[in-house]
Parts: sequence; structure tokens; C-alpha cells
Amino acid sequence: MSDRPNESFLARLDRIDRRWIFLMMAIAVAGPIIWVGVTGRTFPETATPAVQGAFDAIERLPEGSKVLISFDFDPASAGELQPMATGFIHHCQLRKHRIYAMTLWAPGSPLIGATLADVIGSDPSYRYGENFVDLGYQAGNEGVMKQVGVDFPKAFPNDSKGTPLARIPMMQGITRLSDFDILISVSAGYPGGKEWVQYGVSPTLTQGHRLPFVAGSTGVQTPQMIPYYPVQMSGILGAIKGAAEYESLVNAKATAPGETVPAKYQEAQRRMAPQLFGHSLMVGLILVGNVIFFAGRRKGAAE
Amino acid sequence: MGRNAAAVLASIVGLVMVLTAFARPLEFLGTAVVDWFNVLAAIAFVLGGANLLKMNLLKISARDAGWGYSAVTVSVFLITIGVGLLKVGAHPDPLHPDVALSGDKEAVGGAFWWLYEYAMSPITSTLFALLAFYVASAAFRAFRAKNTAAILLLGTAFVVLLGRVYVGVLLTSWIPADNAWVSWLRLENLSGIIMGVFNNAGTRAMMIGIAIGIAATSLKILVGLDRSYLGSSD
Amino acid sequence: MSQLNAPLHDPAVERRANRMMVVILAIACGLLALRALIGSSIGSGADAVTEHGFGMVYVQESPKGFVSEVAKDRAADGTEVEVRTWKPAAPGQTPEISWTEWNEVTAGEWAAAQRARADAPASAPLVTVSWPRTAGVWFAALMTLAVLSFLWRDNPVYKLAESVVVGVSAGYWMIVATWDTLVPKLAGALVPAWTKAHLMPSLESAGVDWWGLVPLGLGMLLLCRLSARVSWLGIFPLAFVVGTFAGLRFVQNIESDLLAQVATMFEPLVVVKHQALAGADAAATPPIDWAGSIGASLSAVLILVGVLSVLAYFFFSLEHTGAVGGAARVGIWYLMITFGASFGFTVMGRIALLAARLEFLFDDWLWLIDPSGKH
Repeated sequence: MSDRPNESFLARLDRIDRRWIFLMMAIAVAGPIIWVGVTGRTFPETATPAVQGAFDAIERLPEGSKVLISFDFDPASAGELQPMATGFIHHCQLRKHRIYAMTLWAPGSPLIGATLADVIGSDPSYRYGENFVDLGYQAGNEGVMKQVGVDFPKAFPNDSKGTPLARIPMMQGITRLSDFDILISVSAGYPGGKEWVQYGVSPTLTQGHRLPFVAGSTGVQTPQMIPYYPVQMSGILGAIKGAAEYESLVNAKATAPGETVPAKYQEAQRRMAPQLFGHSLMVGLILVGNVIFFAGRRKGAAE
Repeated sequence: MGRNAAAVLASIVGLVMVLTAFARPLEFLGTAVVDWFNVLAAIAFVLGGANLLKMNLLKISARDAGWGYSAVTVSVFLITIGVGLLKVGAHPDPLHPDVALSGDKEAVGGAFWWLYEYAMSPITSTLFALLAFYVASAAFRAFRAKNTAAILLLGTAFVVLLGRVYVGVLLTSWIPADNAWVSWLRLENLSGIIMGVFNNAGTRAMMIGIAIGIAATSLKILVGLDRSYLGSSD
Repeated sequence: MSQLNAPLHDPAVERRANRMMVVILAIACGLLALRALIGSSIGSGADAVTEHGFGMVYVQESPKGFVSEVAKDRAADGTEVEVRTWKPAAPGQTPEISWTEWNEVTAGEWAAAQRARADAPASAPLVTVSWPRTAGVWFAALMTLAVLSFLWRDNPVYKLAESVVVGVSAGYWMIVATWDTLVPKLAGALVPAWTKAHLMPSLESAGVDWWGLVPLGLGMLLLCRLSARVSWLGIFPLAFVVGTFAGLRFVQNIESDLLAQVATMFEPLVVVKHQALAGADAAATPPIDWAGSIGASLSAVLILVGVLSVLAYFFFSLEHTGAVGGAARVGIWYLMITFGASFGFTVMGRIALLAARLEFLFDDWLWLIDPSGKH
């Protein structure tokens, strides 16, 4: 097959077509998905301090607290962030908090409705307008953040259905961001968690009444958010691993030992199996790449 | 003349924003400016759509290479605009069933929802997912431990990649978890230390540097020294 | 596959690649036919049926009917007005306005409903295959594969998917911005009566808000950018946006990323931690946790050293020699570790996104797995 028959194995490996690597990655991810789909097995998760911090921040609020959650992501990042959004709403529901959902990403708007319907749609104790509300999308990015910090009804004059805020019972008494008990941002980038810290949380920090803030963020964004923890941010779910840890914390609270956890609350945990094989493949590829590199360098030096 | 007036406008609204951060009685001014800013941001989306339409129509009329794809883009764009504006397939608000356009534009089952759910979502998410393949290929070809800096980068990537999945737990499970003197060597803990200490320090320093840079460039705009955003005066 | 390393513009390689693509497509079609032939068992117990189709979506009808009532009310100016309100029609009542909504159900519920309709056709609600949504799942699956086909090479199918997403996305953002922001905040401010009558019947307005003309005017000037002759007028809204943004960022970046981050550096470098005691010993003074204390102190020192050394690396006003050069070198090491961590997290994110797409193909489309019990 090879057009260079005297070539060493490592040299041929070095020239391997990248499509073989693509194929390996596809198998490394697809195989575990099928395995988990068929067996339903997931790996155990232990929460890291940042995830525990996020959980505790929501957990310690008294029942009925006002939680503003911003769905700052689109379907492109839903693979990572949807389990976090589902987990946050599920946790708030367990704690009987009032949920105010909004988004600064236009394609995030349908995700709010779908998540609320999925998690609390069948709960008779949660009534729209009294226990949860979908405020939808507003254009303006940081402009909206700045405005909700000063005049919330001006930024969101109505909910996603067009109902004026004055006619929504749970909006009574909400005039600015600091009227909420906690802010959660599930974000895929700009505008998102970082901007919420800058425009939403930091002003309350200097005003002496820090608004508790929790973030769920993509793998790309998480390292940039770490310096905000724990002063400006109570906790963070970093990438799918953070989501899986948070899921396990919420599920441990929601279900009795031995009870089956609904599949919709295990999305991130299911995804940790393809992660394991994908990461292992990456490590293997880097190792093999370096073996080839050093072997080639040694050969070059010998010649 | 026009550029001077525009620069003055930028300075005035910018200074209003700075002032309102320090003078609460002036908050109403900042709220008004931000409200206009937000409406303008929405109009910018209309401009973006119109610009896309213009560019693609020009390409089609000139029969440029790939004009067929432009025709697809234009058709899909117009269909999306049409079904979105008319809320095709979305029922009115149950409180106002007599107002045809009172319903939720993104109602499940509507045409706009269909385009979002079955065209926009799968394509955008798969485009993002493609990078998983390319990052693997790049890691194989480009990640070489050539010097100290590269070794540090590689080593960190290894620890983070392994420490964030269960294989990391298994690989170092022989290190006692209850002995604080050595438990930090477990991969999952090492990964946490990298994030909480080294990444924290590096990112924090970058953050401080960027903040100073942004403050300086913003200040130049506010006092009218930087007008590059207005383009050349020619 | 070593031939694939050959240049793709070589006609022989091109032909070979095309033949390979045809073979892959044929295999894929064969596998789909096999999948249909094997079928899936849906429903449970007596309702269980074997379904040869896949990627299907089932819906249940939910008829809605409304009747109106007219009541007298007083307007803001004291005059008497008639207000029409709507409510759901009671059973047996003839609705003035009606429509049917279709709610998604699982394949199991569909199988049970088929049996129920066979037993008592009149009482059971209609549960059926939703062809638009089924076509949607298939379209989504084919578009997913079209994008993935780029891994093989750039091709017309990929370009088609790309053209579709550009058109839909631009249209989507435009429509959402229009309905969610422009209608309530611009139309609602300037033409409230018309907006209330035709677009937002719930709108509450105290009358025309003439301040709405400001963003409208700026918006019109912004749209002037579409025409080469008057595009210069677009500098005014641009200046407005840049100025507002500069003012916002100036304050918030200093407050949140400069002052707050510098403030975190003034924390103790020597941290003393105590062991947690439980039960009867809880009241006693706990002994020092030496491992924890040394770990926390070391972390604090390493963070301080890291921040200062990276800042030294960024400080170009001094030549990077001597002590400054040493600090800058340590700064580079910190940055490399930071980039390594970012790389690890980026890989994690991308694999998660790929897993989500493959899950869609295996679950919603091919029905090979069913973690959430949909089919």
C-alpha cells in the first residue's frame, strides 16, 4: 500500500492521514455512548470545592428565594451546558425557590421554555407567574446587564409571552438586580458569566451587599472564570465534568438510596464515559506524536 | 465636521455612563442611554440581516462562483423572516385568541420553531463538534515536548485531561486519599491544584493587564483622542 | 489509506476519493435499510408492537376552544368602555375561535393509544405520527452528517448545510430582536395603540413615548450604512454605541477585573488551619492541621509569585534581564501551565459537544439507544 516501502513504521505513522485520527476519535466517543445507552451505567462523581460552592450557595437560601438564572448559551453549546441548566432548575425546584429565567442570547430563548417544561412542567406546585417565569430575550448584551442592575422592568418590560411584568405576581418588588437572592449564569461565552461578574455582581460588591453569583460555563471559558472564585463568584460548574458533579449532588438530594434517577437528570453523567475515552485517546495521540518526534530527532542526530 | 460631531456624541454618552456609576441621582440618565443602546443593538441585527441579503443578492446577480449556495442562503433567510414575522403555525395567546399575532413566535410545532429545532440547532452544534476531531489531529502533529515551556504545557494538559475523568481516579487510586500529606498527588487533586493555583495566577495576571488596557483605550475614546472607530476621514 | 496523502487536486486521487465516497454512502444506505428491517419493539406488555420505522416523532391532539365575554369597564379618563375577555370554552359549549395543538408523546404512549383507540375509538384522543417533526428529525440527522462529511473533505453537501445555517441564523436573530425588543420597546413606545391592537394585546402603555424617536433616528442612520451614498451617516449611531460601551467598560473593568482582583492579593500568605473535631471534643481547641496549613500557605505564595511574575513578563518598559528577566521567565512558565489547562478544558468541551451530536444520531434518529425512554 505504501509508496515508500523502506520507510520505518514510525515514519509511516508520522505521515498517517489525519482521517484515521478522526476515525479513532469518532470510535472513542461513539462506542461509550452506545455502551452507556445500553447498560445505563455511569461513573461515580465526587464534587470539587467550586461545584460544592455552587450547590451550597443555592442550598443555603431559604425556601421561596428569588433566583435569577440567565441562559446565555445557544444549541451549539447545549451539549455541555444543557445538563447544567437542567440541574440548576431541578435544584431550585427541590428547594422551592422562585425561578426567574432570562437570556442575553437570542437562540437561548427556546432553551428556557424547553428546560422549564422538561423539569417543572408536570409539577402542580409550580405555577407560571407565581413560582416561575420565562422573561425571554432582550438585545443589548452588557447594556441589558447594566439596566437590570438599575431598573429591571425597564430592561424586561414583559415576559416571553408579552405579559407586562406588572401583571406577573412574582415580579412584585423586583426593581433591580440586587432584589434577587442569587444570580446564576449558564454561559457559552460573550456575553455570559464574565460579563455578569463585571456588570452585575461587582457593583453590588462595592455597594456592600454582594449578590451571590454562581456560574456554569463551557470548557473554553472556565479557566478564565477561575480568578473570580470565591470572592466574586460562590461557585462554578466547569465544563461537562462540573455538570456531572453537580448532577450527582442534586440527585443525591432528590432521590432516596436505591431509587431510580430519571434519565434527564443524568445527561452529564452519561457523557463522562465518552469523555474518558476521548481524553485517553488525546493523551495517547500526544504520547505517540512525541515518541515519533524524539525517535526522528535521535535518528537525525545519528545521521 | 461630521466626525467631530460623532466624536463629541461618543464622549457625551460615555461620560454619562461613567457619571451615573458614581452619582445615583443621575441613574435615570444612564438608564435612558442604555435603553436606546439596547434598541440600537436590536436594529443592528436587522442591519446584519439586510447586509447578508444585499451581499448574497449581488453575488447571485453577478453569477459569481458559488452563487447557487448564495441562492440557498437567501431563500432560507427569506423563509425564516417570513414565517417568523407572520408566526406561521404558532397559535395566538389563549388570553387573546382574536389577535392572530399575539402568540409565542417560538411555539413548539410552529414553522419558526421547526427551523430553529431541526436546521439551526443541529448544524451549529455539529459545526462546533467538528473541532473535537481537529484538536485531536493537531495534538498528534503539533504537541512536541521541545523545551521547558512546551513540557510544562504538555504536562499540564495531561494532568487536566486525565484528572477530569474517571481514568485519573483509577490511575492514582493507590495513593491514600485520607492522608493529606500525599493525597494532593492524586490526579484529580493535582488537576484542582493546577486550576486553583497556577491557572488562577496566570489568568488573574492577564485579567489585570487586560483591565488596564481596556481602561486606557476607553479613556482615549471618552476624551476624544481615539477616533479610529469612525474610519478614515477621506 | 496512505494514498490519501497524495494531493487532492490530482485527478486520479480525486476519482478514487469520489469512488470511496460512493462506497461509504452505499454502505450507509445498506445499514439504514438493515436498521429498518430489524425494527424496534415499542410499548410494553400487550401494547408492544414492532416498528420498522425510526427517527419518528409522535404527537397527541389537544383541541382548544375559546368563547368571549363583554363587560363594561372605566377607562383611565373615566369614560365607560366595553372590554372583551376570552376564556376556554366549557364542555359542550360552541367555541367562537378554536384550533388544535399537538403535544409530543413517547412511542410507548403512541402504542398504548393505538390499542385504546382500537377498543374505544370515540373516547380516546388521537395520537399519531407527526410527519413535519419526523421530517425534521431526518433533516437534522442528514444535516448533521452533511457537516461531519467535511472531515472527509470539503464537498457540496457540507457547503449546502453551511448556506442553510447562515440563512436561518441571520433570519433567526433578526426575528427574535424584532419581536422581543423592537416591538415592545420601539413600536410599543411610538405607536402603542396599534401595537396593542395587532401585535401585543397585553401591552400596557400610558401613551406615546416620544423619547422612542431617539433610538429610531439612530437606527435609521445605522441602516444608512447599506447605501454607499449615505453610509457616512452611520458614524453617529456607531459613535453612540462605542461611546456608551467605552463608558460602561471603563468603570466595570476597573472595578471588577483590576481593583477586585488586586484586592485578592492582599490575603494572608501564612494560613493556619485547624483539624475539625466532632462530638464531645468539638468544644476543645482543635489541633493544627499541618498538612492543610502548609498546603494553603504554599498555594497563597504560589499565586502571589505567579501573578507578579506574569505581570513582570507583560511589563515591556523594562528590559527582561537580571531579576526582571528571571521573574519574566517564571511568568512564562505560569502562562504555559495556564495555556495547558485551557487546552485540557477546551478538549473536554469539544468532546462533550461531539458526544451530544452522536447521542442525537443514535437516540433520536436511529433509535439504537433510548436513555430517556422516548421510543
